Amino acid sequence: MREITYAAAVAEALREEMERDERVFVIGEDIGPVRERSGDLFGQFRQRRVWQTPISEAAFTGLAAGAAAAGLRPVVEIMYCDFLTVCLDQVCNQAAKLRLMSGGQFSVPVVIKTPAGCGTREGAHHSQSLEAWLMHTPGLKVVMPSCPYDAKGLLKTAIRDDDPVVYIQHRLLHPLTEAVPDGEWTVMLGEAATKREGVDVTLVATSYAVVKALTAAEVLAPRYEVEVVDPRSLVPLDVEAIAASVRKTGRLLVVHEAPVRGGAGAEIVRRVVEEAGEALKSPPRVLGGRAIPIPYSPPLEDACIPQVSDIVAAVEVLCS
Amino acid sequence: MLRRNDCADLLRHMYRIRLFEERLKRYYDYSGYFQQNSPEAELERSAGLLTSTLYDFASKGMIGGAVHLYIGQEAVAVGVCSLLRDSDYVTSSHRDHGHFIAKTANLRGALAELMGREGGVCGGCGGSMHLYDRQHGFLGGNGIIGGQIPLALGPAFAARYNGTDQVAVTFFGDGGANQGTLYEALNLAANWSLPVLFICENNLYAATTPAAIAFPGPDIAPRAEGFGVPAITVDGQDVLAVRAAAEEAIARAREGHGPTFIEAKTYRFEGHCGSAGHADPEECALWRQRDPIELFRSRCRAEGWLTEAEQDEIRTAVCAEVDDAVAFALQSPLSDPRHLCRFEI
Repeated sequence: MREITYAAAVAEALREEMERDERVFVIGEDIGPVRERSGDLFGQFRQRRVWQTPISEAAFTGLAAGAAAAGLRPVVEIMYCDFLTVCLDQVCNQAAKLRLMSGGQFSVPVVIKTPAGCGTREGAHHSQSLEAWLMHTPGLKVVMPSCPYDAKGLLKTAIRDDDPVVYIQHRLLHPLTEAVPDGEWTVMLGEAATKREGVDVTLVATSYAVVKALTAAEVLAPRYEVEVVDPRSLVPLDVEAIAASVRKTGRLLVVHEAPVRGGAGAEIVRRVVEEAGEALKSPPRVLGGRAIPIPYSPPLEDACIPQVSDIVAAVEVLCS
Repeated sequence: MLRRNDCADLLRHMYRIRLFEERLKRYYDYSGYFQQNSPEAELERSAGLLTSTLYDFASKGMIGGAVHLYIGQEAVAVGVCSLLRDSDYVTSSHRDHGHFIAKTANLRGALAELMGREGGVCGGCGGSMHLYDRQHGFLGGNGIIGGQIPLALGPAFAARYNGTDQVAVTFFGDGGANQGTLYEALNLAANWSLPVLFICENNLYAATTPAAIAFPGPDIAPRAEGFGVPAITVDGQDVLAVRAAAEEAIARAREGHGPTFIEAKTYRFEGHCGSAGHADPEECALWRQRDPIELFRSRCRAEGWLTEAEQDEIRTAVCAEVDDAVAFALQSPLSDPRHLCRFEI
């Protein structure tokens, strides 16, 4: 075992997959000199495998979709999740739909990898979590790893997947460390992880909200045994694992940073109600972002998304 | 050097597009299709007021949705695609039948696709604007104006990545030429010397919007020069002129010298969509005097490349191909929804 950061885990996955498969290449803005994100990838694969682009998201994302259809395995780096808005046609209309439209003749094994989320005080255009838009588009898979082990394992699986996968990494996760095994491992898409076991309430959290949920669980530990489940991938979603936890606890709280309205939490609740509604002892709840574009000033930003104290309070209400 | 066989092939391909689309008119009826498939029709049917069942189309209405005819522009698709190999890639727009047929000659697959049949080249999943043929390097039409342009960079990039001499061609209209994707793609292709041909078919209308109010001047090609991309303007009604320009561009791309922009001045003889006539019948009548097929036939006779009888023979043979495609499509069952689950993500 060894300690590595989330960012290092991501870079390790990329390097291993690039060494393993000649068809894998990385394309995006500023991916050369920004070493903390790409490790020494740029130096190692500079000539042919790492493509630093002009500021043209639509062009290089479309290029990647077309290259994937032609047999390569691109990993597209979208510098901020928010910038998906300027290439959403290439992601949602082209990459996501190409396999169906061609009747299965072409597949599009592309990974769209993008940091997301609040907490870095970057304002409304650099702080969004857009997973719900992407989940809503048939043809896309969506993963949101919350720890170094999952970050590496899921990225490797995403690269090997034959369909477009959007890989969302919260930027506050980048410096977090974890003890991980040496060598190689993968994490399957559609397999949730129980991050903490408990019997009183199921807390489903995604991405950086998992970190907050675990802290909240610790705070609540003297009074309640909170089970924390991380779906890890939203599409496909491991409903069975979440439903199994709810059958055990009888209570469900979903937490994420994206706006609660029309969010992933609503979808998770729907699936759980359909699957294990009879097990619920109280109405399920979703804690998410408010319907406000993310403001700049720290107290303003912090007021827009669920904090540990909000989670603690919500669990107390749910369990009372 | 143009050989006699090349002339026959060029004429055959232009006829394939022309006669295929002329035949479509017989089966296409947007309102008829809609009436037969609307919820109101369902109600009337359930009340015994309509006797036909949901998919029991009259011949009109057998092809639905939006169908964008290419008639009048055949010289462009054929001039370019006649020089491509199966391993080269093409991306196209919503008006993709011509490019598809010129690149693949897959009339059966196209017609069955338009009729929503299992035997369609995409099994009925694509439709008129989304024809694909992997075996023949056709990476789709596109329902989003300009959406196909960045996609074409992909196979071009892959060719460079893999060290092959494949090229990619993207067709778009004067409408697509005002999308930002074109300019991002031109810049990237020029920077990385990607083997791409940007073929702008300026047919003077984006749907019903005249190019005169969408562009500050008459020509689009000079824009590409600003990106350092060689640009040429050709008579899009003259298949040999298009072919000559494409030949040079393809050679340059295969040799690793990067992209070329070709603006073909052309005209569609039909309306933007379906069976609607052209918005400007007088202007259309003038352009019809420059029918690319008739122009090429005259040229072939004048040069002694093909006799009138030989040309008529080609036309008759293509008629039979279209008959065969219709027969193939009609005997193919309607697409089966049970096959959809493999696309469920």
